[in-house]
Amino acid sequence: MSDVGLIDIVAALMFIGVLAYAIFGGADFGSGVWDLLAGDARHGGAVRAQIDHSIGPVWEANHVWLIYILVFMWTAFPLGFTALMTTLFIPWLLVGLGIVARGAGFAFRKYSASLRSARLYGAIFAGASLFTPFFLGMIAGAVASGRVPLEGGDLWTSWTGPASWVGGVLAVVSCAFLAACFLTADAARAGHDEVVAWMRPRALVSGAVAGVVAITAAVTLHLDAPTLAERLRTRGAGLVALSAIAGVATMVWLWQRRYALARVAAVVAVGSIVAGWGVAQWPDLLVDTAPLDAVAGARPTLVALIIVFGIAAVTAVPALIWLYVLVNTPRWSED
Amino acid sequence: MLSAILASETSINLLAARYQMALSLGFHIVLACFGVAFPAIIFIAHWRGIYRNDADALVLAKRWSKVAAVLFAVGAVSGTILSFEMGLLWPGLMGPYGDVIGLPFALEGIAFFTEAVFLGIYLFGWGRLAPRTHLLTLLPIMTAGVVGTFCIIAVNAWMNAPAGFDLVDGVVTNVDPMAAMFNRAVLGQFVHMWVAAFMVTGFLVASAYAVGMLRGRRDRLHRLGFRIPFAVATVFALVQPFVGHVIGLRLATEQPTKLAAMELATETEARAPLIIGGVLVDGEVRGGIEIPDLGSLIARGGVDREVPGLNDVPPEDRPPANVVHWSFQTMIAMGMALVAIGAGYWLAAWRGRDLLRSTWFLRIAALTGAMAVVALETGWITTEVGRQPWMVNQVLRVADSVTPNNGVVISLAVLVIVYTAMGIAAVRVLLSMSRRWRDGGADLATPYGPPDRVPVGVGASSGDAMPRAGDGPQDDASRQDGPGGGDAP
Repeated sequence: MSDVGLIDIVAALMFIGVLAYAIFGGADFGSGVWDLLAGDARHGGAVRAQIDHSIGPVWEANHVWLIYILVFMWTAFPLGFTALMTTLFIPWLLVGLGIVARGAGFAFRKYSASLRSARLYGAIFAGASLFTPFFLGMIAGAVASGRVPLEGGDLWTSWTGPASWVGGVLAVVSCAFLAACFLTADAARAGHDEVVAWMRPRALVSGAVAGVVAITAAVTLHLDAPTLAERLRTRGAGLVALSAIAGVATMVWLWQRRYALARVAAVVAVGSIVAGWGVAQWPDLLVDTAPLDAVAGARPTLVALIIVFGIAAVTAVPALIWLYVLVNTPRWSED
Repeated sequence: MLSAILASETSINLLAARYQMALSLGFHIVLACFGVAFPAIIFIAHWRGIYRNDADALVLAKRWSKVAAVLFAVGAVSGTILSFEMGLLWPGLMGPYGDVIGLPFALEGIAFFTEAVFLGIYLFGWGRLAPRTHLLTLLPIMTAGVVGTFCIIAVNAWMNAPAGFDLVDGVVTNVDPMAAMFNRAVLGQFVHMWVAAFMVTGFLVASAYAVGMLRGRRDRLHRLGFRIPFAVATVFALVQPFVGHVIGLRLATEQPTKLAAMELATETEARAPLIIGGVLVDGEVRGGIEIPDLGSLIARGGVDREVPGLNDVPPEDRPPANVVHWSFQTMIAMGMALVAIGAGYWLAAWRGRDLLRSTWFLRIAALTGAMAVVALETGWITTEVGRQPWMVNQVLRVADSVTPNNGVVISLAVLVIVYTAMGIAAVRVLLSMSRRWRDGGADLATPYGPPDRVPVGVGASSGDAMPRAGDGPQDDASRQDGPGGGDAP
């Protein structure tokens, strides 16, 4: 196997993490966004209970995908990792704070002493669920638009270009859309009709908004990230089309109240657009500035990473699947 | 020295980065201890509850699992901050050496996944899984604790005893990730930290119940809540001095300057004294108690063997000896005191004397958790400050690893505020949980119960009180409710 093949495999394995984090981590963040919008304690209680129930058992496991991405990146592409962290110091710091606030806020809310403190922790959890994916989207926009040079870029302008803004908005809207589909399906399965009634129209609206933002993003990328846009138009076209079809299917199934199907379609819609981004990134780690093979680590380490992934595939992945299966059983769906 | 630091902005940055790392690690390590050891302690209680039909033990397991939910969440997010900081603060380490030491990090990722998955299953499994299956879901968490500790410590040990690469003209080559992971220092350091995790967790949990008993809650639940973690902590406290001693013996060859700082030894000499206390001022030891020959005997295993001195290396390669010496001896003092307290309690129990009836013993026992944390933190200060000025011993200086970005002072300030707030909030949440259990409540119905579900007139400051399930502690055990089991009987 040539070194280039090896590097591509490791990059693909790393991107599996990005994909999983975007979908599962994204749905958790999106749930926090709906928590923020659920209204006052009296009206939002049922929705927040559903959110708590839906993401409680899984959010920490879903969060580990972010660690997986970081570890894969600094091990396989160390110089790309340091360039990413050095130039994008500020948004990464904000993401870090958001992750702390989200996780701690969520855990504290569940066990807090009074409604007042639950409101405070809940607001922290929900607010952080909104701004964390926003800054992650900004980071993605910075990378996609070629603003992260290996030798270090500007601390502010690198991540505040048009692609970053649209990336941030697209990330938040996609998370909200995913979460709305997940929560509607969870609530329907548990028989929480009032939550379904609240959630379903919002899933439809957020889906429509996500579609509009995605089209805006396509235009923005065309102007602001020509390299990536060109690759998206060519080798990424199939995935973009799949995303569009799945997005429409989600809307139709939501309309028909076939929530389990709608959830799957939403995963495909978001997943294929993220995968399209990944395909369009190749063969760069940082678009226009750092091809994968220029920043790749030592060969024995790359081989070791593939073995580690193999170990994970037979240990952690079955465990993850068991967790997802469990939380979707009727016994775990009940309160 | 201070003016020299202030003269250069890079140095301020370096100092801020070091303090930020110290704060993040010092905070996270306490929670990591719980991640490693708490599942095992919960397992003991849960096992007793099921197989010995011990209702109190089952209540303890259930309550502890809720404490774990809070602590593990804080641990997960503070651990994430650390992984960010590897790149944000130390690109000079991660750029050239990321592929050298990445393997244990990647393996730790698997451990973290396993822990997070089974924690989710365990926490929400109350009343949903068959009792024995439920108990068994703790085992993968315990295994992940062992693997995770080994992997993370492997990275730190590698910084002390670098291996698995060659430096050719300043370029890292011949990378061997396995050799880096299984470096010479890893085994000893791993065992030391793993044992420490059980001491910290065990003594901290026992402390909480000692405080409860001091406040008059001397029922069987509190006695059991004290004795289970205290027994675990005692066993590990007894082992720790031997582990620490074995690691110490390696230092003379591996990191002589660190040993010199720990011992406050200025000149390399045989028949070196043991200096207890004392400070180094202008190259001379002032104060302190000197015991002849004992330094060589303990640090080297023979009075005729040489203990290395700080003067063997140029001043710019020396760590701040007083910090290292004092933190090292503080750790030893705490460790020894914990051995005495732990062994004393069980010896008395064996001779038929129940020290839990003694107020003075409970007061001391209430302090053991804090003492274990002090030992943990001073131990880390010893090894980390003792390695200065090196990031990777004899290979890479800390000053050469720090980020070129100025303004780390700001991120440090932000982190100080956020971690202070998070620490206070975590303690408050845990105290409110304990208060609720004491009042006979079990769980909140929902995180955001609509106020109208609060029974009017219940609770002290009731208007704002959370709706709570009205089941008492006994109920709590027999019903095996899940969190959120607010469906009042």
